[in-house]
Amino acid sequence: MSSEAGFFTTKLEEAIGWARKYSIFQYPFVTACCGMEYMATACSHYDVDRFGAGLPRFSPRQADVLFVVGTISHKMAPVLKRLYDQMAEPKWVVAFGVCTCTGGFYDNYATVMGIDTILPVDVYIPGCPPRPESVLDGLIKLQDRIQKQHETGDRPAPEPRPEFPV
Amino acid sequence: MTEARTNNLETREMLLNVGPAHPAMHGIIRIVTKLDGEQIVDCEVEIGYLHRGFEKMSETVDYNGVMPYTDRLNYVSPLINNMGYCMAVEKSLGITVPDRCHYIRVIMSEISRITDHLTCIGAGAMELGAFTVFLYMIKAREFLWELIEMVTGARLTISYGRVGGVKADLPEGFEEKCRNALEETRKVLGECDGLLTRNRIFVDRMSGTGKISAEDAVSYGITGPFLRGCGVDYDVRKDFPYAVYDRLDFDVPVGTRGDNLDRYLVRMEEMRQSIRMIEQALRDIPPGPFQAHPETGRAIPAAEMVDLAKMGNIVQIEGARAVADPTLDGASEREHPSIAADEKRVFLPPKEDTYGNIEGLMNHFKLVMYGHGVRPPKGEAYFPVEGANGELGFYVVNDGGNLPYRVRVRSPCFAILSALPKLLIGGMMADVVPTFGSVNMIGGELDR
Amino acid sequence: MNAESLIQAVRERFPQAVESSYAYRRDATIVVRRESLLPLAKALKEDPAFQMSFLIDLTAVDYSAFGKKPATAFFASSGVGVRPSMGIEAEEPWPGPPSARFAVVYHFLSLPLKQRLRVEVLVSEESPEVDSLTPLWGAANWLEREVWDMFGIRFQGHPDLKRILMYEEFEGHPLRKDYPVKKRQPLIGPVN
Repeated sequence: MSSEAGFFTTKLEEAIGWARKYSIFQYPFVTACCGMEYMATACSHYDVDRFGAGLPRFSPRQADVLFVVGTISHKMAPVLKRLYDQMAEPKWVVAFGVCTCTGGFYDNYATVMGIDTILPVDVYIPGCPPRPESVLDGLIKLQDRIQKQHETGDRPAPEPRPEFPV
Repeated sequence: MTEARTNNLETREMLLNVGPAHPAMHGIIRIVTKLDGEQIVDCEVEIGYLHRGFEKMSETVDYNGVMPYTDRLNYVSPLINNMGYCMAVEKSLGITVPDRCHYIRVIMSEISRITDHLTCIGAGAMELGAFTVFLYMIKAREFLWELIEMVTGARLTISYGRVGGVKADLPEGFEEKCRNALEETRKVLGECDGLLTRNRIFVDRMSGTGKISAEDAVSYGITGPFLRGCGVDYDVRKDFPYAVYDRLDFDVPVGTRGDNLDRYLVRMEEMRQSIRMIEQALRDIPPGPFQAHPETGRAIPAAEMVDLAKMGNIVQIEGARAVADPTLDGASEREHPSIAADEKRVFLPPKEDTYGNIEGLMNHFKLVMYGHGVRPPKGEAYFPVEGANGELGFYVVNDGGNLPYRVRVRSPCFAILSALPKLLIGGMMADVVPTFGSVNMIGGELDR
Repeated sequence: MNAESLIQAVRERFPQAVESSYAYRRDATIVVRRESLLPLAKALKEDPAFQMSFLIDLTAVDYSAFGKKPATAFFASSGVGVRPSMGIEAEEPWPGPPSARFAVVYHFLSLPLKQRLRVEVLVSEESPEVDSLTPLWGAANWLEREVWDMFGIRFQGHPDLKRILMYEEFEGHPLRKDYPVKKRQPLIGPVN
C-alpha cells in the first residue's frame, strides 16, 4: 500500500498507525487467575485507560485485540479459535500469562501448551500472573507493533515456534 | 403472565446459549437456557472449561510442590487454599505448629477472605452497572495486595504455606501497615455500602431473585455465605474450629430470605467481621522472633555485607549478622521456632544450620531433593477449612512415599453451581446477571 | 459423640453392612458393602441419631499403584534409589489399602450433632458399579458425574451420567493410575 514513497502517503500511514494504536478495543478473554491481574491493570491503580486501551468490548465482532488471559484447556480451544475467526481484520492477539504462552506448569492431558499452536500470537506477556507493570510493557510493545505495521505496510509475521522434541 | 388477548397467539420456546465466552460470566461456563419470552423455563449448566488437572498434577510432585497448584484453585483467596492443604497434610502427619504460626495463618486467611469478597461484590455490582463500586473495591483490594506482597513476596499466587509452618515470619512494621490498610478498607466499605445498600435499582434487582430454600441448599451441599444467606448457621470456623479461631471473638452473619440481596449483605458483614478478627489477632499474637542466642554483632543489611566483604573490610563485618528481607530470607534461626513445627523430618532447618553445619545440610538435602522429601505415614485425612465460598476440604491419601497418592479438593463452588438451575428456573433472563454475580463462581476452584 | 462411639452406633444399626471400620487421626471411617449403601445412606440422613443432612464430598481413589514406585515425576529425576526414610510414627496405624482396585469415598456431615463420617465402598475393576445417591441428595448428581468422568465408575440410577469436566470426545478416564499424565487428545491443534 505504501509502495510509492510519497511524503503525504507516509504521513497518512503514520497517522493511521497512531490512531489505531491509541484506540485499542480489546476483547479480554478471561479464563483464570491472570484475570485478576488483568482487572488490577484495568482499574485505577495501574490504569490502562491512559494508554487508550481502556474500553473492553465484550464481543469479538467489535474488538480488534484479543487478550487471551488465563489457561486454555482443550475443551475451550475450539471456542477460542471460533472467536478469533469471528474478529475482523486488522486484529492482533496478546498471549497474557505463561499458561497461554507455553502452557505453564500444567503439562497434562487437559491444557493447551501455548495458544500459538492454534492462533498466531503477536505479543507474549509471561508471568504467573504477570505484574501489571509487565502487562503495560506488553501493551506498549503491541502499540509499537501496530505502528510499525502501518509504516511498512505489511504485518510483521509472528515468529515461528521452534520445534521441541516431545 | 399472559393476558386474555394474547391467548390465541402461538408461542414457542427459544434455546439460548449463554456461551463459554460471555461478558456476564465471571469465568468460563456455559448455561443453555430454554426461554419462554423472557422467562427461563429450563436451563442446563455445563462446566469443565478450565479443567487443568490439579488432582493429577499433585500426584507427580512432592508434598510441598503441590503448594503452587493450590494457589491457583481459588485464585482470589489463595492463602486459604494454602493453609487448608498444609493443615490436611499436617493432620495426616500428626504434628502441630507453634501458636504464632497459627496466628499468622489466621491473619493471612482473613485478609484473603476480604479480597475474595471485595472481588465478588465489586464484579457483581459492575455487571449491574455500578462501575464506581467496582473501582473502589479494586482500590481496596490493591491495599490488601500490597500488604500480602510485603509478607509473601507476591500479589496473587503466593505459595506461602509450607507443610509444618509458613515460609517466613511477618516483616518489621507489618502491624502498622496492616492497621492502615484495614482502616482504608473500612472507609471503602462504608462508601460502597452507601452507594449500594439503599440504592433503589440495586435492591430491586437483587431482592427476590435467585431464591433458594434452606432445605434445597443443604441437599445440594451448599455451604458458606450462600448457605448463611438462606438462614442456616454453619461456619466451619465456629462449628469445627481450627488454628486459633476458637480464641477470636467474631459473629457470623446469617440472612433470612435466601435471595441475592441477603447474600450481598452477608458478604459485606463478613468483611467487617474479618477486619475485626485481624485486629484481635494482631493484638493477641505471641511476640515475634526471639533471640535464640545472644548476638555478638549488630545487624547489617545483607547486600551491604557482601559489598564490604568484596572490598576486603572483613574487620567491619566480623561478628555481624546479615539481615535480608523476609520475603527473600526464609526462616533464619531467630524466626524458626515461631513459624515452623518442631519436626526436622518435615520443615527445612534454619539457614544458619543449612549453611553452617553438615547435619543441617543433610537435613535440607533429605527434604528437598527429588526422590526424598516429606514422607507422611500411610493413611488418609480430611481437613475442612472455611473458604470464602464455603467449606473447602482437602482429602489426602498417602502411601508412604514422597509423592502424594491422591489429593482431592472438595470445592465449595462445585456444590453451588450444581444448584444453579434451581436458582435460575422461573426467573427472567435479566436475573441471570445478579444471580451469577452472587454465586461467586471461581473457575479454578470449580473445575480444578 | 466422638469417632469411636459414632462407629459403634452405626455398627449396631447395620451389623451386616459394615465390613470394617477405623478412626485414623480421629476421622470415623467405615467400609460398607456395595448392596447396603443406599439403605445405610438413607438411615444416616433421616435417623435422628445421625441426622447427616450434608453430603459433603463424593470421590474415588484408585489403589492400583499403592506403595509402588511412583510414575515419572514432573522432571524425570536422576533415579536415586532411596530406602524409605524414617516416617513419622503414628499412634494407631492405618489398616492399609483395601483389596479392591477402587474405593468410592463419601463424606457426610451432621450439623446439629456436629459429627462427620467417612464411608468407603470398595469397587472392583471388572464391575465398577455403585448405587447412586441422587434420590437422597441433590449434590450427588454432579459429584457422581465427576467420578464417572475421572474414574469410570458407573452409578446405578443416576438420571444423566455423562462427562462433566472433560469433553465428550475424550477417551479414557484421566485420574486412573494407568492414564499417563501427558497423554493429550486435542480437539484442534497438534498433540504436543
